[in-house]
Amino acid sequence: MSKRRLTLHLTGAALTLFAGACAGGAGPRPSPPELPTDMPEHPPSPIALDRTMAPDPGPAPTFTAPAVRRFTLANELQVMVVEQHELPVVDVQLVVRAGAAADLPPAAGRAALMADLLDEGTRTMSALELADAVDFLGASLQVYPGWDATTVALHVLKPHLEAALLLLGQVATEPAFPAEEFQRKREQRLNAIRQELDDPRALANTAFAAVVYGDAHPYGAPLGGTASSVAALTLDGVRAFYRERFHPENATLVVAGDVMAAEITPLLERALGGWERAAAPATELPAAPRPAPTAIHIVDRPGAPQSELRVGLVGVPRTTEDYYALEVMNTVLGGAFTSRLNMRLREEKGWTYGAGSGFGYRLGPGPFQVATAVFTEVTDSTLTEIVRELRRIRDELVPEEELARARNYLALGYPRSFETTGGLAGNMAQLALYGLPADYHDRYVERILAVSAEDVWRVANAYLDPGRSAIVVAGDRARIEAGLRALRLGPVYVREPAAP
Amino acid sequence: MKIPFEQHTLENGLRVILAPDPAAPVVAVNLWYNVGSRNERPGRTGFAHLFEHMMFQGSEHVPEAAHFSFIEKAGGSLNGSTWLDRTNYFETLPAHYLELGLWLEADRLGWFLPALTQEKLDNQRDVVKNERLWRVDNQPYGDWDERLQALVYPETHPYHHSVIGSMADLDAASLEDVEQFFRTYYAPNNAVLTLCGELDPARALERVRAWFGDIPHGPAVPPIPGTTELPETLGGEVRERGTVAGALPRVYLAYRIPPYGSQDFYAAAVASQVLAWGKASLLYRGLVKERRAAQDVVAFAFPIVVGASMLVLWATARPGVGSARLEELLLEEVATLAAASDADVERAVRLMEARQLQELQRVDERADQLSMHATLFDDPDRINTELDRIRAVTTEDVRAFARRFLGADNRVLLTYDRPAA
Repeated sequence: MSKRRLTLHLTGAALTLFAGACAGGAGPRPSPPELPTDMPEHPPSPIALDRTMAPDPGPAPTFTAPAVRRFTLANELQVMVVEQHELPVVDVQLVVRAGAAADLPPAAGRAALMADLLDEGTRTMSALELADAVDFLGASLQVYPGWDATTVALHVLKPHLEAALLLLGQVATEPAFPAEEFQRKREQRLNAIRQELDDPRALANTAFAAVVYGDAHPYGAPLGGTASSVAALTLDGVRAFYRERFHPENATLVVAGDVMAAEITPLLERALGGWERAAAPATELPAAPRPAPTAIHIVDRPGAPQSELRVGLVGVPRTTEDYYALEVMNTVLGGAFTSRLNMRLREEKGWTYGAGSGFGYRLGPGPFQVATAVFTEVTDSTLTEIVRELRRIRDELVPEEELARARNYLALGYPRSFETTGGLAGNMAQLALYGLPADYHDRYVERILAVSAEDVWRVANAYLDPGRSAIVVAGDRARIEAGLRALRLGPVYVREPAAP
Repeated sequence: MKIPFEQHTLENGLRVILAPDPAAPVVAVNLWYNVGSRNERPGRTGFAHLFEHMMFQGSEHVPEAAHFSFIEKAGGSLNGSTWLDRTNYFETLPAHYLELGLWLEADRLGWFLPALTQEKLDNQRDVVKNERLWRVDNQPYGDWDERLQALVYPETHPYHHSVIGSMADLDAASLEDVEQFFRTYYAPNNAVLTLCGELDPARALERVRAWFGDIPHGPAVPPIPGTTELPETLGGEVRERGTVAGALPRVYLAYRIPPYGSQDFYAAAVASQVLAWGKASLLYRGLVKERRAAQDVVAFAFPIVVGASMLVLWATARPGVGSARLEELLLEEVATLAAASDADVERAVRLMEARQLQELQRVDERADQLSMHATLFDDPDRINTELDRIRAVTTEDVRAFARRFLGADNRVLLTYDRPAA
């Protein structure tokens, strides 16, 4: 039911925001054995138990990613199938390279609106008929817009796989784009943008992207677009975007769950074999602007009791060779509960409910950002601490124990991302979308464990730059401006939020 | 699907549930304490949750901050959460680290007090205050649940106040309060420990005995304070107004309903899905799609067990639609539930079945549900029969529920509008 919505967790948003891809398998062991790994039949006497030290885990199992069967349908649609028979469920993801990165600024929000409309009616079914049909199968069929792809995702019980796949096929290949639904969905998007004017997190995120990427780069606008860009979107524009990009050669289909890889081809041909081939244009991403000298941008929220902070700059594409070193570096800095930023700002100072950092990995160089929300009165002191941590990880080698903790956090946690059929499908979709090698998942653990303190130092210096970072603060200007100016980190600007 | 498990009770009263699941090399360690915000005394709202934070600050053999670092360097994830009826603590670990989780959980149950300091309390008090600002005070509509609880439950009922509590009460919390709360509620006889994942039950039980067995049984847990019996309905309509700075008005609608566990509650849960789950639901179709009055609609029933639960709905207005008009339309659409069709109900039941099966793929979710059923109903096997209770809900049950509980004599209307100029 809805307990997640309501319970208070010990740790919250700033961290989960950045809970990125993580890791699995054979790490070094933390401490010398105090307990025999094979216990005797009879209960041990209390003396055998040493509560003063963490128990030894024994040997780590090695992690091998599940086997993938790859093939193509007659229309060149690439397929990846992974069997997982624990439960009678199947997850399917159709990943189409039609993402928001192709929305050059005047068209920001186009891919997201297209995604909204895909399941609002097909050639043979109205939006309501489609929703009813999906619900009656007990299935979930969703369309997710992303920067690099639009994903049509299905979760269904095995007995209904065929019927649900046929619906997925209709959504992906025969959407009707009814004019009435277009008007309605566009207005919903506009209303959602208007609602964000009340939301300090959204205000800070939107301002940060705009400052870092400017108004000529797709990453400078929210994925869903801005009030003015969405208002200007047309049904013809959305249809054209679909026609241009939604083709089998521009897509990958991932099937994960209780299926037999050798037997599923005819079913997939029935659902998606009629999808016609056509060449799709490559997405030409403009160069990201060179990071400007550090400046502070205030988004004024009179009376706000907390300040939302974002600090960062243009980051790096997902395909970078430095991915593993960056993941370890970020885990040390702000990617885990015990990271430097969270321990300093939360556990030592008590200024925040959580602080974290992360790279937005995309085909192009997505942003790196630090994010937190703090008591209004410590807004400037928080920035001082954030800048100090950004400098420290560039200036000093990370001590071995801290580094080992970060590596193990990523490496030993990796198998968990394969636990569910949804996680499995998502992991495989990443391979296709980012052109990662077939042995990527099998080698992830060893690559993370190979990251050295020097590697971390090198990537921190290459990709973090406190002298060229955008600082965005959504908070009560009257109470924070003087303190922010006194920091002398750079010029201070006051930013108007976009009008509704 | 049937989830196999075995249940044991140690001599100190700790209930232990072991659910082997070899699908992935992970294990979930999940501990529920039968204490939540409902157990707080006047002047100490928010305390159960503040206490939960203190449980991560170290214990006699686990230094400050080490709880997190031990789990994270094992590649595990961890968290805790507090709600009205309970507090839970959980970590998901690579299977070979099971013993680490047992050590950490046993240490803070058996050896918590020696590590307690004023400095830690002051630090976590500030963290929790920030949590309140982040969730409630600095978010549009952020105080909705706090306000609805205060309106649906009388002042004497333990659900009258919110889990996060008030800033003044957080300020008032002392080290003595922490110690007393621990001695009162944190005992093995007031807890359920569930292990789920790749494990051998016999060996796991033996290790649980080793780590937890010598923690003493605690004193009898005092009854939940205040009045826990309530009239079935509110006996009238209650209205309240809030403000939201810039954007769209929103109407919240809450009804007092029978508590989680009763068969009427399952009718309410199904009704909530009929009303607002997905594009084919009554409210989405009526308010969002056809009448175009709302930007979004939401409905759910709180799974809480003391005296009564709440069914909560909300709808956000489209621009140009006033809150009064939205309220009127929302009530009209809710009234159609009394004529829900077989198809509406069947759709809702199927969606709930599918969602449950999807959630149970995860060992942490299995463990949490086993702990929940053991804690709230003393019957972990309810995890295997929960869907039967949902499937047993008929169209007539949903209609009867609507007639009996969703009338004008049993509702709270909380409306957020822009502040008057």
